[in-house]
Amino acid sequence: MSKLMNRISNWVTSTPFWKAVFRHGYEDTARNRSLTTFSNVLYHLHPVKTRRESIKIRYTWCMGGTSLLLFVILTVTGVLLMFYYVPDTRRAYQDIKDIMTVVSFGSTFRNVHRLAAHGMVFTVWVHMTRVFLTGAYKPPREFNWIVGVLLLVLTLLLSWTGYLLPWDQLALWAITVGTKMAAATPFFGVEGPFGAELGMRPDNDVKFMLLGGTEVGQNALLRFYVLHCVVLPLFVVVFLAVHFWRVRKDGFSGPL
Amino acid sequence: MPEKSFEVFPRSPKKTYGLMELVKGTAPGVEKEPEDTTFTWPNLFYNEFLMALAVTALLLFLSLYVQAPLEEEASRDTTPNPMKAPWYFLGLQELLVFFDPWIAGVALPVLIMIGLMLIPFLDINPKGRGSYTFSERKFAVTNYSFGMALWVVLIIIGVWFRGLDWNWYWLWENGHVHKPVAAGLGDLPVMFSRNLGISDFAGKAISDLLMLAYFAIGLIIPAWFFKGFFKRLGVVRYITTMVLFLIMVGIPIKIALRLVFSIKYAIITPWFKI
Ligand code: HEM
Repeated sequence: MSKLMNRISNWVTSTPFWKAVFRHGYEDTARNRSLTTFSNVLYHLHPVKTRRESIKIRYTWCMGGTSLLLFVILTVTGVLLMFYYVPDTRRAYQDIKDIMTVVSFGSTFRNVHRLAAHGMVFTVWVHMTRVFLTGAYKPPREFNWIVGVLLLVLTLLLSWTGYLLPWDQLALWAITVGTKMAAATPFFGVEGPFGAELGMRPDNDVKFMLLGGTEVGQNALLRFYVLHCVVLPLFVVVFLAVHFWRVRKDGFSGPL
Repeated sequence: MPEKSFEVFPRSPKKTYGLMELVKGTAPGVEKEPEDTTFTWPNLFYNEFLMALAVTALLLFLSLYVQAPLEEEASRDTTPNPMKAPWYFLGLQELLVFFDPWIAGVALPVLIMIGLMLIPFLDINPKGRGSYTFSERKFAVTNYSFGMALWVVLIIIGVWFRGLDWNWYWLWENGHVHKPVAAGLGDLPVMFSRNLGISDFAGKAISDLLMLAYFAIGLIIPAWFFKGFFKRLGVVRYITTMVLFLIMVGIPIKIALRLVFSIKYAIITPWFKI
């Protein structure tokens, strides 16, 4: 039996197709170890060799990587949720109810999506704290720290825009409170300092722009949906690309 | 360019490196120490893979027990009391008790983000890069920890100690009984003019001066006592650092003024109040 398995596996791994996909053997040589890293589009985010000290979990706490993992999980579960959810105030709430009760594994996806969202806010903060405490923002990494802060802002905005989508009481009122603050923005909000003096009205200030109306309604739901599912994730991906690129180019900070 | 190059050793298929050629010239790696590196595959991937497995398993496990909440359908007819933002915004929501919305909801968040982005340019101490150290960067670490601690405390208050009408409820209190409306708050300028028997204008002048004095003293005293710190940073960096620092420390001060002396506003202008 095992002989047969061996023969099958030998045959499979010797086919041109297999070789086209997996370009190098698994023989444990230094050359293969390098090839594994740099011939794979995902793995080659990493350098072929890493400093021993930087790999230690007690140095990075694994928090940047975990933030990325959570972002990927959020993307996958988010896409699944999008198949069942329509951003229409007349049915959004029912769609979520269906996801929780009728759709196969719907509640799992929604629960994982929500837990991962909370988790990501947390891990990004912790990642920032570790970067601060290891002084990893000092030259030459100043720029990457700024990119990081933008990622933090984007993460918070993603959570916030997602909060409205279930269209339940929690959602409506949390966003109502949040956007009330937008109306208080200095200069650009009707209730903010110098807002009225600059000609801001309830129907032309930043809050109006955010909601597409004077209160949280259909336009707001659609705006938040598009921001949450398309615009903000795209921004995150772009900044993540810059972030990782910078980590490679500036070198990882670990102890020398 | 070398005039002639020749193969010294044949390439070994088992090695990633080989002596390719001998050339004359200077190389960037000449004076570098050898680094203590190891192969990313499998050493780093191993960690990453385990972490990914653990996190995914934890999420799936938790998702069995922690149901994502879904309340009644959105409706304008009933307003929940209290209305709480998600936990990571509760620090800001808590500040709404003590500051006007344009400060708590707009100015402070923007300042926090700008302040964070400025950190690499304000902290020019070259020490402590690539390792955990407190002794080599006392001010920086203390500062960051203070801000974080403030943030966490505000969030904890928001999550566990705020109930009906955003009043303070201990965990053992009945959260369904409204609390009596708290005694009224006063404004600092009015308090001065009333208690000292001076004109409104004088009361206002005193409180404005106090605010100015807070920043002036906060800027001058440290520069005086830590001359080295001031010299190293230079004027612009020093002032930016200290103003951000004083604003951060000002937040708990304002909270204390409100809790201890029932002061609502310290500064009053026709356009905004602080
Ligand atoms: C979506 C959020 C983020 C993701 C997915 C992310 C991911 C990562 C990853 C995977 C690394 C490699 C090292 C490690 O894991 O610690 C890293 C490094 C770094 N991150 Fe982030 N990050 C995020 C947000 C931030 C934030 C908020 C900051 C700071 C404000 C930041 C600043 C940095 C810096 C300066 C480095 C280089 C560290 C070094 O060389 O030691 N990142 N990031």
